[in-house]
Amino acid sequence: MKIAVCISCVPDTTSKINFTENNTEFNKEGIQFIINPNDEFGLTKAIFIKEKNQAEVIVVSVGESSIEPVLRKALAIGADSAVRIDNKAKDSICVAKNLSSFLVENKFDLIIMGKESADYNGGIVHGIVAENIGMQFVNACVGLEISDNSYIIDREMEGGTEKVKIKSPVIIAGQKGLVEEKDLKIPNMRGIMQARTKPLNVLESESFDFIQSIEFSKPSENKECVFIDEENVAELVKILNEKEKVL
Amino acid sequence: MKMLVFAENWDGIFKKSSFEAISYSRGLAEQNNYELITLCFNNVSEDELNKLSKYGSSMVITTNPIDKVDSISMSKMISDLTIQHDIKLFVFSSTYSSKMFAPRLSAKLNSSIFTNVVELPSSVNPLQLKKKVFSSKAFEIAKSSSEKNIIMLHPNSYGVKEFSSDLKSSEFTAESNSEIEIINIEKSSGKVNLSEAEIVVSAGRGMKGPENWELIEELANCLNAATACSKPVSDIGWRPHSEHVGQTGKTVAPNLYFAIGISGAIQHLAGVNSSKVMVAINTDPEASFFKAAHYGIVGDAFNVVPKLIEEIKNIKN
Ligand SMILES: Cc1cc2nc3c(=O)[nH]c(=O)nc-3n(C[C@H](O)[C@H](O)[C@H](O)COP(=O)(O)OP(=O)(O)OC[C@H]3O[C@@H](n4cnc5c(N)ncnc54)[C@H](O)[C@@H]3O)c2cc1C
Ligand SMILES: Nc1ncnc2c1ncn2[C@@H]1O[C@H](COP(=O)(O)O)[C@@H](O)[C@H]1O
Repeated sequence: MKIAVCISCVPDTTSKINFTENNTEFNKEGIQFIINPNDEFGLTKAIFIKEKNQAEVIVVSVGESSIEPVLRKALAIGADSAVRIDNKAKDSICVAKNLSSFLVENKFDLIIMGKESADYNGGIVHGIVAENIGMQFVNACVGLEISDNSYIIDREMEGGTEKVKIKSPVIIAGQKGLVEEKDLKIPNMRGIMQARTKPLNVLESESFDFIQSIEFSKPSENKECVFIDEENVAELVKILNEKEKVL
Repeated sequence: MKMLVFAENWDGIFKKSSFEAISYSRGLAEQNNYELITLCFNNVSEDELNKLSKYGSSMVITTNPIDKVDSISMSKMISDLTIQHDIKLFVFSSTYSSKMFAPRLSAKLNSSIFTNVVELPSSVNPLQLKKKVFSSKAFEIAKSSSEKNIIMLHPNSYGVKEFSSDLKSSEFTAESNSEIEIINIEKSSGKVNLSEAEIVVSAGRGMKGPENWELIEELANCLNAATACSKPVSDIGWRPHSEHVGQTGKTVAPNLYFAIGISGAIQHLAGVNSSKVMVAINTDPEASFFKAAHYGIVGDAFNVVPKLIEEIKNIKN
């Protein structure tokens, strides 16, 4: 079985977000890039499947050469090979179209993505890819089992979860719950050594012009917090009720 | 020009996010003289359907039941409608099902798609919109180069606005032969749904242990609020994963967010900072949450929360 894990390389979650070039570019200076947290759950799941059912796991990312250390980390965690599609990856549609061309040429039984990326937070790359390559797609997956030629998938929905069965192949968008936090794979020494010699192929990309980014801005700083004495909870309730009208 | 808004229903009931999408669409349609069509799946009672007119729907198309998980048939149905009615602009809220089929629809129509949109467009030709990015740590203004566009709204940013109109409805029959088999559905029963809640009562490691959540639940009950928690709290199993909010959990944007015994780490704030009013209760006056919160009480949750419950019960009676 062949599994693709699409990973987005995003700023470390503690990063302060700043912009340069007249607020038209994200300032990458001093930013540590990591595997998008939702995708990390998917990568670990793929490795578990590989350990149990024998599978080939390929990680794919659209990005510039600066993301290669992150791909090496994915290889160290246990992926067999990595593919980088060389592009600035600034817009979801462009990312999705480039992923689609690769994914359709190399037939996969299972494509794992994350529910959303921590930078552009679109939560749309998977849906677009699914349509482009004509596959079923299930979002917000919190459980996945393989049974014969089908997948049994738990998906989150408004106010609950739903268990569904879908024939292979399928695209899923994973998140925490697909594997448990404590089971997340971290690279060990042997993995890191092996990762150095595993293939990391670079492919050319195509550019698409659907959406143009004009400008970034940051939310205005909050006004000072209004402190209320712990002996005066009634006042807080009064403010929330009468002034803020939120009760 | 024609635009379409999708009014999602859950077992025949519309929720606030659907009304917000309609309110937004009505605003957009009025501003630009667009013709607005509302689409609604499944069998919704006439009474429920009439609610849509309160927010500005005048023309509603209802369909036969459609399987909500099947993004292929959902997006096909809308694209068939698009061709029939020559629709150029679409508005969706950011629910789980919309997030499954709206991107699919965009690929089918070769359209642009904008997510986490927070306000009406600053221009419509070309379409230019403001959206949240970087886990709500920033905004982006983006411009479309396409003739067709899909807008997905960030929850609770436009709000619900009343605009009464007369309702006309028609039916559209779509074929629906799903390849997806639903094995079972588990509803988290009786509770207020976290993504839709107007008020969220959230607690962190400061609560010391799962047994103390009775206090949190009681506060939530008297406010008709949903409960949420910080990541470590769900990681150690004090609370279910579905309650984890933050950059790696759910994003919420209620009118009121209580953070009780939560330190206010940047990853936590990223998932909650779109809330209209945030109240922090923490023993540590230096806790980062006080930098983000609108109101704060420095004090012990075990002392403050019971008082809060009492005072809220007072005003509710
Ligand atoms: C990649 C990554 C992703 C992450 N994603 C998320 C995320 O999505 N969501 C998230 O929440 N976190 C996330 N985190 C974790 C985050 O960094 C913090 O560790 C976490 O939010 C802290 O949880 P907490 O506030 O409950 O606990 P603590 O940091 O331990 O804080 C407990 C607070 O309770 C206060 N307190 C103690 N006793 C009392 C009392 N009796 N009454 C009142 N207050 C009291 C303390 O003063 C303290 O401020 C992430 C971390 C990483 C590395
Ligand atoms: N640049 C990228 N390269 C590879 N996969 C990506 C990229 N961007 C997004 N994805 C995948 O699509 C998912 C959703 O991303 P997004 O639509 O940006 O929120 C991510 O969790 C990844 O699995």
